[in-house]
Amino acid sequence: MSFRRLAPADEQPARFAFSEGNRKLVDRWIAKYPPGRQRSAVIAALWIGQEQEGWVTQRMIEEVARILDMPVMRVLEVATFYTMFNLVPVGEHLVQVCTTTPCWLRGSDEVVAACRKHIEPRPNVVSADGKFSWTEVECLGACVNAPMMQIGKDYYEDLDGAATERILEALRRGETPNPGPQDGRHSSEPAGGALTLTDPKLYEGGYSHPANSGVSDDDAKRPTAAGSERAAPVQKPPGAAS
Amino acid sequence: MLPDRDRIFTNLYGFHSPWLEGARKRGAWDGTKQILERGVDAIIAEVKKSALRGRGGAGFPTGLKWSFMPKEVKERPHYLVVNADESEPGTCKDRDIMRHDPHLLIEGCLIAAFAMRAHACYIYIRGEFIREREALQRAVDEAYEARLIGKDNINGWPFDCYVVHGAGAYICGEETALLESLEGKKGQPRLKPPFPANAGVYGCPTTVNNVETIAMVPDIMRRGADWFASIGQPNNTGTKVFCISGHVNKPCNVEEAMSIPLRELIDTHAGGVRGGWDNLLGVIPGGSSMPVLSKEIADNILMDFDSLVKAKSGLGTAAVIVMDKSTDIIKAFQRLAYFYKHESCGQCTPCREGCGWMWRVITRLGRGDATMADIDLLQEVTKQIEGHTICAFGEGASWPVQGFLRHFRPEIEKRIRDYGARHSAPMQPLAAE
Ligand SMILES: Cc1cc2nc3c(=O)[nH]c(=O)nc-3n(C[C@H](O)[C@H](O)[C@H](O)COP(=O)(O)O)c2cc1C
Ligand code: SF4
Ligand code: FES
Repeated sequence: MSFRRLAPADEQPARFAFSEGNRKLVDRWIAKYPPGRQRSAVIAALWIGQEQEGWVTQRMIEEVARILDMPVMRVLEVATFYTMFNLVPVGEHLVQVCTTTPCWLRGSDEVVAACRKHIEPRPNVVSADGKFSWTEVECLGACVNAPMMQIGKDYYEDLDGAATERILEALRRGETPNPGPQDGRHSSEPAGGALTLTDPKLYEGGYSHPANSGVSDDDAKRPTAAGSERAAPVQKPPGAAS
Repeated sequence: MLPDRDRIFTNLYGFHSPWLEGARKRGAWDGTKQILERGVDAIIAEVKKSALRGRGGAGFPTGLKWSFMPKEVKERPHYLVVNADESEPGTCKDRDIMRHDPHLLIEGCLIAAFAMRAHACYIYIRGEFIREREALQRAVDEAYEARLIGKDNINGWPFDCYVVHGAGAYICGEETALLESLEGKKGQPRLKPPFPANAGVYGCPTTVNNVETIAMVPDIMRRGADWFASIGQPNNTGTKVFCISGHVNKPCNVEEAMSIPLRELIDTHAGGVRGGWDNLLGVIPGGSSMPVLSKEIADNILMDFDSLVKAKSGLGTAAVIVMDKSTDIIKAFQRLAYFYKHESCGQCTPCREGCGWMWRVITRLGRGDATMADIDLLQEVTKQIEGHTICAFGEGASWPVQGFLRHFRPEIEKRIRDYGARHSAPMQPLAAE
């Protein structure tokens, strides 16, 4: 278990309000759940609040409780339980380095060292220029592209110390470095190119249609029955889009 | 090597378009209506016959799980919940399905929901997967737009699919913790029974399945249970996405036949162990919660549920973590122990206190600053956690330690002796720490 508390009272802003657009977004989330189950939207609402302010404040928690009609205590529990909620201010770019064993085996120590050097020697402390803070996190689910880090919404994968430094310095200059693998890979295929999924027929109708399992190439290229059966688009039900 | 024609996830690496048109070219959404027309019983029978077992970790037979849902919908609606929380260290397969082949998942959701008489599905995706969530949502929007899903769709079963997310908590992968989180609470597992099939989300009948499990269903229905069951071995059928990480030359994800020998998997797809097979120290075969295998076992083991249980480990999520001889094995397990300490939800004392204790003791073992008796005590503590907790996290945290002690005890003893040789003061037992 990790213990997480709200920032001290003297660091808490006096007010919080969702922007008009974000308030609508919260309503769209509430619509995803059955009537009366609006509190299911609590994680989404806090997340939208955090995207707006950078971190989760006491006033935000109270406002979310009001909108979702739930006790403040219950929202506070959620805010402190889930580790993606920043309970104190973070840098403009929050750098989250995965150091769990699969990443560690492939050199996450180097990534951490680069953060210490190029951001701040200590984790969870905003850098002098306010641009960065970094932290160690648990497995982010990209282990075959280890070591890796998340910055904002993006994963930067297949790192080493030099690649990490390059990315951090590019961000500092205001550039947007390309996310994803930094070693030339496309995604999770083995380095040097995929050894599987090379059969062209997979991409011309596939093998799963019964009629396709012994058909000529010409036949295989023809659109399948369902493929040509395009119906007119209809209005989406409420909450279908996030 | 499994021929490409038997692979289900044909866009695993994202070299082709994940979107509707591309997915259709690969065979998705082909004859979905006809599949539903076969009826609930026929679909469940086909899935049972395929012997598909859950890909989320426990390997529970999927068709059987679906059949636990009430036969009739009473006043409470039924729900399908898809577990896309993917947080088990070593595991990164659901991510590729969601960002590269999302339509297989959505089509699977429709078929599975129909088979359990549910008109709504929630896909709960871990909070960190923001780009994956965006991709999945885009595919869901496409499916609505093409009227493949929705209240009034061309496949004939009214069905809504909602993508929702967490915010960083490994425990929300446990199915009842996930349901709590979905209801807007802390993700703390529930006591079972009642099981979700009776009282799941909002107290309604619910089935929770893993992303990969659900995404395999459309192809099983299209190609037939016999095709699926012909791959692998009896009771361990079909294909499986393996995630191979750690000390291999080319870490990767790959869909292979169940029951493939571990060595063949690593040599064929991941470019072999760094420094050659003989440089292998140990392999964790199924994500961090599964006990490590020594090289002797790894030499000949088959990668399936039953073979790995016989070797006192498990297939888990099929995340293969390879460690070569350069690894400080104690440090590797100390870091895993930290993971479990960090992620325990804290509601059972044996888990909350035990995970912290194990981490502290393994940290000391790493320095050698311990006594031989502490090794036995550590083993004893794992036994006190295992089986005495609300959820299987307790086992997930203690099994790796047991495997570590089973195979690497000499290494720990050596560390303690070396430390003793450098320090003359007698060691104190750690028990009460
Ligand atoms: C601590 C813990 C974490 C889990 N994490 C996941 C997870 O991230 N993804 C997942 O699909 N299943 C996870 N599971 C397994 C689920 O509880 C559940 O068995 C699974 O989602 C069922 O799907 P399946 O039958 O398709 O495998 C976890 C279980 C435990 C005890
Ligand atoms: S075993 Fe651990 S994670 Fe599971 S309910 Fe108990 S304290 Fe929570
Ligand atoms: S261990 Fe780092 S992404 Fe999984």
